[in-house]
Amino acid sequence: MKDNSSHHAAEELLRKVALLEAENEALQRQVQALRQEQSQQAAVKSSAAPLHPLEKVARLTNSEIARYGRQLILPDFGIHAQLDLRNSSVLVVGAGGLGASCILYLGGAGVGRLGIVDHDTVDTSNLHRQVIHNEARQGMSKAHSAALSVRLLNPHCNTVVHDLVLDSSNAQPIIDSYDIVVDATDNVATRYLLNDACVLGGKPLVSGSALRLDGQLTIYNYRGGPCYRCLFPTPPPAETVTNCSDGGVLGVVPGIVGCLQALEAIKIATKMNTQDPPTMTLFSANSTTMFRTIKLRKRKAECIMCGDAPTITRLIDYVKFCGSSATDKTPDLFLIPLQERLTCEGYKKILETHTPHLLLDVREKVQFDICSLPSSLNIPLKDLELPESIEQVKKRLNAKDEPVYIVCRRGNDSQPAVRILQEQGITTGDIKDIVGGLNLWTDKIDPSFPKY
Amino acid sequence: MTMSESLAIELQFSGGMELLFDNKKTIHTKVPAHFRQGADSHAVTIRDLIGWMASHLLKERPELFIGPDGSVRSGILVLVNGADWELEGELEYELQDGDEIVFISTLHGG
Repeated sequence: MKDNSSHHAAEELLRKVALLEAENEALQRQVQALRQEQSQQAAVKSSAAPLHPLEKVARLTNSEIARYGRQLILPDFGIHAQLDLRNSSVLVVGAGGLGASCILYLGGAGVGRLGIVDHDTVDTSNLHRQVIHNEARQGMSKAHSAALSVRLLNPHCNTVVHDLVLDSSNAQPIIDSYDIVVDATDNVATRYLLNDACVLGGKPLVSGSALRLDGQLTIYNYRGGPCYRCLFPTPPPAETVTNCSDGGVLGVVPGIVGCLQALEAIKIATKMNTQDPPTMTLFSANSTTMFRTIKLRKRKAECIMCGDAPTITRLIDYVKFCGSSATDKTPDLFLIPLQERLTCEGYKKILETHTPHLLLDVREKVQFDICSLPSSLNIPLKDLELPESIEQVKKRLNAKDEPVYIVCRRGNDSQPAVRILQEQGITTGDIKDIVGGLNLWTDKIDPSFPKY
Repeated sequence: MTMSESLAIELQFSGGMELLFDNKKTIHTKVPAHFRQGADSHAVTIRDLIGWMASHLLKERPELFIGPDGSVRSGILVLVNGADWELEGELEYELQDGDEIVFISTLHGG
């Protein structure tokens, strides 16, 4: 009996040793990968200066042939297409959700030169979709991080980092030095800027976008097809544009669209799609038909950009033209005077002194479900004017003229909510909103309150 | 031959457009076959359809769907039976029984 138990203990120890050995090996590999990453990092350089033209080659090296073998034996691709790819340069604007997959696949496939434009830095809230970056690179420039990932994947690809905000002062020379441009941006102003610069520079523009569960893909300014302005002559009203940070996005959705963009760029570089009429591809993750391709108009003769008599002959101020900024950051709004608002510190005092009040949270229910302050009442802003919502607030106030404090995610939606409740004459007490919303509450008062 | 009073039209919404229509991606509806303009009556066009949708189907905030000129607001692409409406005559296209009209809001996220 005793023998048996000591035998078991020995087996157990051996099992633990094996586990530790495996873990040691994995850690050694990780250290090696980080060392390699460090050495590559030094090799990635930023470029604002004009680029030397890409040096073209007549044949692939043996190591390239070994690397691209699976593409080389494809009858519809082969050595000629691979050489075309090697001798072409692609500029990807945006190293976010679309850029992540697009850049990796273009780099892996063997594009000769890959330029990457992004001004932003890596944040944890990006990583569910921007899988080209990683946990260790928080705070690092996205353009640098993306270029680094490509170098680690394929050292044959010449990466160029453009760590800047693309605008009308710098866009044209950058775009002019590439063969194909990929629009993987996240805002309207940059989409018009890229369109105009591509028309002026005569470059095909592979445009993708994604939000929530939907994606869209179009090639503009290519083989007699339309430019972005042929389809959308005027920018949409700013209030109809939703960004990923406010509308949400399932990580894999931009990944899928980014892959399609890489594919289209490869097809253009290797002249695979010279017969295709202009189309737009719609992707809808939650539909029975996930993909749908629609036929688009040709270039419009009366288009002010690419038409027969264009009136725009140089880049304009796109932020002004679109009435929205060239980032996807949500701006802080100031719709009501500060006297009608409460700071986070002010609300903290109210909680500490146990002052009777009603806290109304006007976020959408899906956000309220993530986190909320104790005893808050949730009525989304869009429902607040409904008679039953007003009844609900009245009921909670219970005929007592207590103050009502309104909170939301950033302190923007809470401001119109103040006006709505004031118009309803719901209480004689104060009706105020909390400046900066729950985001600022986390920053200033309670770091343990979740931020999303 | 008697003219039918209404046409069966399938409306589809994509790119967030559905949020304006009760979160429905598809609506099967009947649209009057003719619209009156003063004393005259004409066969229903997409222009008529857009106005009709704004007053019959839209619950709130019509400015997110219809523009001041009676067309869709900028940033919305319309498809007629799977093709860009520009190929079909845009606003003046006369609806046919069984047509499928798609309204797509352009996305900008990435």
